[in-house]
Amino acid sequence: MVVMKMKFPFEKRVKLAQGLWVLSWFAAVAGAITFTLGCILKTELRKRAEVMDNTDVHVVPNTLMLVGLASLGINYFAGKICQDALDAGRFPRWKTFLKPYFATSCFFTVLMLLSVVMSYVMKGSLENSLKIGLRNGIRFYKDTDTPGRCFQKQNIDRLQMDFQCCGNTDHRDWFEVQWISNRYLDFSSKDVKDRIKSNVDGRYLLDGVPFSCCNPSSPRPCIQYQITNNSAHYNYDYQTEELNIYLRGCREALVHYYMGLMNTIGAGVLTGSVLVCLRYLQTAMEAVAGQENTEIETEGYLLEKGVKETIMEYVDPVRMYSHLTRLRP
Amino acid sequence: MAVLRVKFTKDKRDKLAQVLWILNWISVVTGAILFSLGIFLKVEINKRWELMAEKDIQYVPNMLIAVGLLACGINFLGGKICYDCVDTTKFLRWKLIMLPYIICTFFFTFCVLVGALMCYGMQSELEDALTMGLSEAMRFYKDTDTPGRCFLKRSMDMLQIEFKCCGNTGFRDWFQIQWISSRYLDTSQKEVVDRLRSNVEGKYLMDGVPFSCCNSNSPRPCIQWQITNSSAHFNYDYQTEELNLWMKGCRQALLDYYNHIMRSIGLTVLITWLFELSVLTGVRYLQTSLENVLRQGDPNCESDGWLLENSFVETARSNLNIIKNLGKCNQIDTTNNGDPNINIPSTSKADYGPDNVPPKQIPADS
Repeated sequence: MVVMKMKFPFEKRVKLAQGLWVLSWFAAVAGAITFTLGCILKTELRKRAEVMDNTDVHVVPNTLMLVGLASLGINYFAGKICQDALDAGRFPRWKTFLKPYFATSCFFTVLMLLSVVMSYVMKGSLENSLKIGLRNGIRFYKDTDTPGRCFQKQNIDRLQMDFQCCGNTDHRDWFEVQWISNRYLDFSSKDVKDRIKSNVDGRYLLDGVPFSCCNPSSPRPCIQYQITNNSAHYNYDYQTEELNIYLRGCREALVHYYMGLMNTIGAGVLTGSVLVCLRYLQTAMEAVAGQENTEIETEGYLLEKGVKETIMEYVDPVRMYSHLTRLRP
Repeated sequence: MAVLRVKFTKDKRDKLAQVLWILNWISVVTGAILFSLGIFLKVEINKRWELMAEKDIQYVPNMLIAVGLLACGINFLGGKICYDCVDTTKFLRWKLIMLPYIICTFFFTFCVLVGALMCYGMQSELEDALTMGLSEAMRFYKDTDTPGRCFLKRSMDMLQIEFKCCGNTGFRDWFQIQWISSRYLDTSQKEVVDRLRSNVEGKYLMDGVPFSCCNSNSPRPCIQWQITNSSAHFNYDYQTEELNLWMKGCRQALLDYYNHIMRSIGLTVLITWLFELSVLTGVRYLQTSLENVLRQGDPNCESDGWLLENSFVETARSNLNIIKNLGKCNQIDTTNNGDPNINIPSTSKADYGPDNVPPKQIPADS
């Protein structure tokens, strides 16, 4: 019971081989692009590694790079096979190579499709990682004299200016954290003492944000202190003011940015279609082998037996091998 | 007595043609690079048009674009010519075009050198444009409600953030202008009224800077108000504090940036000029040697190639004469009323003897 049988006269075989050769070179280029995209994504993720708690999301660019390289190799061989396919004398040397070749290429195509799915699935994990990382970044903003955290302030400032965002979820995150170091607080001043006494942990909290939250598009000079106090500033309403500081949170901005990067992947489809055509060509050529007249019409198919039987055919040798290794003491 | 005469065998001529073909194609590539550099420079200058006063500095990128395109065209033609020069029959096609082509390439090479010098000479004009432009931009920083100047604040802020600079020469430039719009000043407050009265023009001046001057590398939160007042802030000394604000002036920062670009472009133009010069010399040698081959008749013989047939002075003199006579051939000769056939003395070599010789007596036959 053959799966998807098709008849192939000589001209059709020639056309199939030629079209496939061109397609395999395009797919090789697509593989190179996928590898480059994986490298770019990994570099971008590493650039902001300080605001990420874990590196779980790195599995997406790693898979992309692996699949891109594999795709390059697979399509290179596909091109070579197509070149030799029309010469009945040269084709037989690929015979023993073809079965494992198909198995590996199917595996990598599935992997590429998986990586596309993974990039959507990873969104939640990325968001969590950023939430924890940004929270730590904001907490340690003031610790510019602690080794290991000296550059936290710089990084957060640059992040907020580059991505035009403020705080974790929004600018109010800065109201809950002491972001001014004690080195620069005058403890003899009444205002400072009052603020420190006003909360349980003895932190200097205020309704102000760092300068990096300021929006350059604002028509007025930036108001970064006493933000919630309308009467402290002339002609200012906290509820309606939108242009003064960035309203977007950095977590949302970063997730948006990375999702945009990961959504530009879609080359898995091309590799898949190359494989299907190649399978037809291989089976058609197998029938020609051994015949005197190479220009006869032959049949090509996707699978010789049904789907279930083919899977059993591949899985049985693996099962037998694992059985043997288990028997040995 | 030719200038720089060199003997060329057939092999040497062929090799010269091939090398020139490669050089021409390299010059096409450098011409394309020059074209894209010109466009890049034009884009960079236009990006900051708001911060530059109305000075004519567009001529430099325009010239680069023109030179790049011309280089591509001329060297493409040159490549075709050199490719055909290996075969003497194909050379005949190009024989008449070659001398005008060489003259054009000579003037073009001169233009390229002028272009390279212009790149280095642009710096002083750029400095003037930037000084005037930046001081205007800072003066109109507060005018976010005036049409035509709405985005000057944003441009200035983004410039200071991106280039890590503050003010024109330094942050003190902000102390001398009113950069807070009157719309946001509470004129009922005593402090505001005092400041407005403290100077002749009634400007609200203060020792504060916009937030974009803040240095992100500073370990402490940014101090942008009351900068010169050390007692207004805890543990702060105005004289020794270096990390609080950006210390560099924006004019210097922009100049450094543009000078860096101009130096790279100038270097590329010089390299292009060197390539063009070598192509010009090679093509001239090729042309003269192939013409001598044609003169001698045998395509495989050795021939001479030179830069100029006679010495510099004689060539210059003969060229000047040609140019002078070009003007003369259109002039009418007015000495004989314009008729060239009058009063031309006989200079014919054939002499039929004097006119008054009587005929010879023929003796009668008896």
